[in-house]
Amino acid sequence: MSDKDTIEVAAATPEQPQPFEELGLTKGEYEKIRGILGRRPTAAELALYSVMWSEHCSYKSSKVHLRRLAPNEEQARMLLAGIGANAGVVDIGQGYAVTFKIESHNHPSFVEPHQGAATGVGGIVRDILAMGARPVAVMDALRFGPADAHDTARVLPGVVSGISFYGNCLGLPNIGGELAFDPCYAGNPLVNALCVGVMRHEDLKAATATGAGNKVVLFGSRTGPDGVGGASVLASATFGDEGDGSARAKRPSVQVGDPFMEKLLVECCLELYATGLIEGIQDLGAAGIACATTELSAGGDGGMRVTLDDVPLRDPSLTPAEILMSESQERMMAVVRPDNIEAFRQVCRKWDVEAIVIGEVTADGTLTMTWRGGTVVQIPPRTAADGPVYQRPMARPSRLDALQAATPDSLERPKDGPALRSTLLTLLGSPDEADKSWVTAQYDHYVRGDTVLAMPEDGGLLRIDEQTGLGIALATDGNGRYCRLDPYAGTQLALSEAYRNVAMTGATPVAVTNCLNFGSPEDPAVMWQLAEAVRGLADGCATLGIPVTGGNVSLYNQTGENPIHPTPVIGVLGVHTDVRRRVGAGFSTDNAQIVLLGETQDEFGGSAWAHVIHEHLGGRPPAVNFDAERRLADLITAAAREGLLSSAHDLSDGGLAIALAESCLRGGRGARVTLPGDPFTALFSESAARAVISVTPSREPEFEALRAKYEVPATVLGTTGGNTLTVEATFEVPLDELRRVWEGTLPALFG
Amino acid sequence: MRIGVVTFPGSLDDTDASRAVRYAGADPVPLWHADHDLRGVDAVILPGGFSYGDYLRCGAIARFSPVMAELVPAAKAGLPVLGICNGFQILCEAHLLPGALTRNAGLRFITRDVRLTVANASTAWTAGYTPGQQLLIPLKSGEGAYAADQETLDELERTGRVVVCYAGADPGSAAPNGAARAIAGICNEAGNVVGLMPHPEHAIDPLTGPSADGLGFFTSVVTALAGAGARG
Repeated sequence: MSDKDTIEVAAATPEQPQPFEELGLTKGEYEKIRGILGRRPTAAELALYSVMWSEHCSYKSSKVHLRRLAPNEEQARMLLAGIGANAGVVDIGQGYAVTFKIESHNHPSFVEPHQGAATGVGGIVRDILAMGARPVAVMDALRFGPADAHDTARVLPGVVSGISFYGNCLGLPNIGGELAFDPCYAGNPLVNALCVGVMRHEDLKAATATGAGNKVVLFGSRTGPDGVGGASVLASATFGDEGDGSARAKRPSVQVGDPFMEKLLVECCLELYATGLIEGIQDLGAAGIACATTELSAGGDGGMRVTLDDVPLRDPSLTPAEILMSESQERMMAVVRPDNIEAFRQVCRKWDVEAIVIGEVTADGTLTMTWRGGTVVQIPPRTAADGPVYQRPMARPSRLDALQAATPDSLERPKDGPALRSTLLTLLGSPDEADKSWVTAQYDHYVRGDTVLAMPEDGGLLRIDEQTGLGIALATDGNGRYCRLDPYAGTQLALSEAYRNVAMTGATPVAVTNCLNFGSPEDPAVMWQLAEAVRGLADGCATLGIPVTGGNVSLYNQTGENPIHPTPVIGVLGVHTDVRRRVGAGFSTDNAQIVLLGETQDEFGGSAWAHVIHEHLGGRPPAVNFDAERRLADLITAAAREGLLSSAHDLSDGGLAIALAESCLRGGRGARVTLPGDPFTALFSESAARAVISVTPSREPEFEALRAKYEVPATVLGTTGGNTLTVEATFEVPLDELRRVWEGTLPALFG
Repeated sequence: MRIGVVTFPGSLDDTDASRAVRYAGADPVPLWHADHDLRGVDAVILPGGFSYGDYLRCGAIARFSPVMAELVPAAKAGLPVLGICNGFQILCEAHLLPGALTRNAGLRFITRDVRLTVANASTAWTAGYTPGQQLLIPLKSGEGAYAADQETLDELERTGRVVVCYAGADPGSAAPNGAARAIAGICNEAGNVVGLMPHPEHAIDPLTGPSADGLGFFTSVVTALAGAGARG
């Protein structure tokens, strides 16, 4: 399209063919844009609408369902900002507020694992920064194809090195996350990055452009051709079956990150906030300048005039459409009063950050952009910011009944001690359960000096206030197998597990974020899964009385016709009243009483055992019990406060067997236990709302009284100590052997 | 007692170094890379991080910053200086210490709690330890393998300028990053300038680190300065 595609040219050439389909718009959407403008869009306007109306930016397929997540009055009592803001903000007391969010970078990470994952970290960090907070930690929930698949050896090390490179250089501790493998992710890995930030209540910032005459400043990196159309091309379309071929063709759509620039941008922004020089702020992520200008003006007085010639470019040949769509990293946009511009520039100079005034706020309700003397954009910004909303057809997957009927009941179970022992070792050495140090050793979890717990603990725990000991805990969880069998229950189980993991540190869970990874919304079965998952999350959070503060939806996660398992990843934030009373997952002292909390049923649908030993997926996931989860969490929190626990570890994948092995390995000491009932069920069932704890020696009566008060079922299993994990009358495994099996897997696969 | 902590663009562990100074009972004084000013401090810490993005080579650009123009002569005149991780790299680039830090043997970033042996307990920063004392301190770096020519390595060992070593049963394989002769940290001839790759400032409190073994670096210099002050 010509350089000079101004609004006048567009009005005069209504028949000019336009590449709306290549930009990911449907014929209907294109016609709608023409209707809004009363003419055909210019090339720049078409680009702007295409990215703003992309699935990634507009949530057009998921919005009708996400409305369920709006918090009720009880849930909203701790919220300072909620869904719709860049990230939700939670009051954690003592004048502190915390903002956290998890976001996907799945498709870029498949095309170019290192940069895709790196910029995923960078993007979520800027979201948190834009709320006015100092980013203080990151986490990553990663899912790949089979661990021994050829392409996993390309994708996984690249993703991990990208996160390591970006997060370490940015100086944010990586305090936890997930690593899971399943064939359904082979052509579509999931890379979900979480960032958490802390501020004082009064530091909360708005993403709005208000005050006609105020200046619009673009600062940070220069704009280049990288990531043009990332939101529309990559995040909102399916990869074909061509594998590498299609990935290569899309490589220019992946952005390139510079964590050093981001570090300067973080410090620069925080100083700008502290000196009160900013009226409104927005990060530049997906859809770049197009998104930042439309959202700032749509959220504010409704008008903005931008001179695109003033945008500093790395490549002077960029067209207006490319400038608008570019997803060049490490950029922010601020609204600044004219009398503050010089002071603003001075702070930017101190941090070697380039800052350019590219426009100003107007009161005319129109977003206008000029380039080389012509007007190339003139739109009502709300029409771009509020994209279309679709009621996509939904249908319960036709194969679900058969899948649920194929229960694991008929699978052969280990019958004697040696068979149970070998099942434990096989599970412990499976890539999903094995030691994750190969990954986490590449991440800095010490930087900033406030990390109290990090991987492989159940939850990450950060100190917020050195004087009072106030802290926050975070965990993310998801289980695609459970969700495939029942997306409603599976999502609630992910919520339950993250909630439980946060509680294991001694923290009280207070808020939820989510990253909803699903297949194509154009598949009615996928839409049904999404709707069920959101309904499950909404109902679960309402029952627990904690709000969803924000999140992200990633669709089109499929290869050809095959969607991934529905994989909602749920992040839970907890508040710790005194991190000095933290509880770890490892048996930390000898001769401590080991207690199993919660009730165990015969529940193997979607279990690690069925998956690893029998490659079976069928039946129903374990039953959800939020009342039991809440009582368990309350008991652990109360017991931690009283110093009654020498360890606490939640039971999830692989059940009690894996939890006992992990507590032994983490604490470097053995255990001797006696199992209640059928040893196989006791060891490997994945019933929810359970934990294995050890009681501080000599404090058993106090713990027992507290346990009775919270009405948590308990079974005393045995005591800690020695160099073996011994299950009386069943088997015994030396710790050295457990460790060898647990630690050997990932290094053997990835070097 | 005032101990300066330099912030370069890209410094990351400056707040941690300042906290360690406080834990040791001294006052941390922020120093800015672009200032020709050491603000009259009694000692200086160059903290960890990725100064100037570590573009070109780790520490290669920081070496030319204005604050270094002040620090180099002051260090040569006896000012106690501790370089941690990126700070160690900067001290080598500035030729206040010999040798260089190169890519880890495994080519990957390593975060690990490492056991160190104190080889020289008479420097300004290690006088509070005893020779042979074992410390548990985090290592976190991608380019942490100490390298120098054989002659320099021999001289460092002969003159007691190896300050801390990676401890292990087998000296040949003790260094997780492939450092020559398992060297984790060294000092200059006078013993006032010390550089090491592991992070003592992340081992000052068992709540947030693997131990409190690293605090000795900071209390050592406070004690040394107090003694010097008393004599003066």
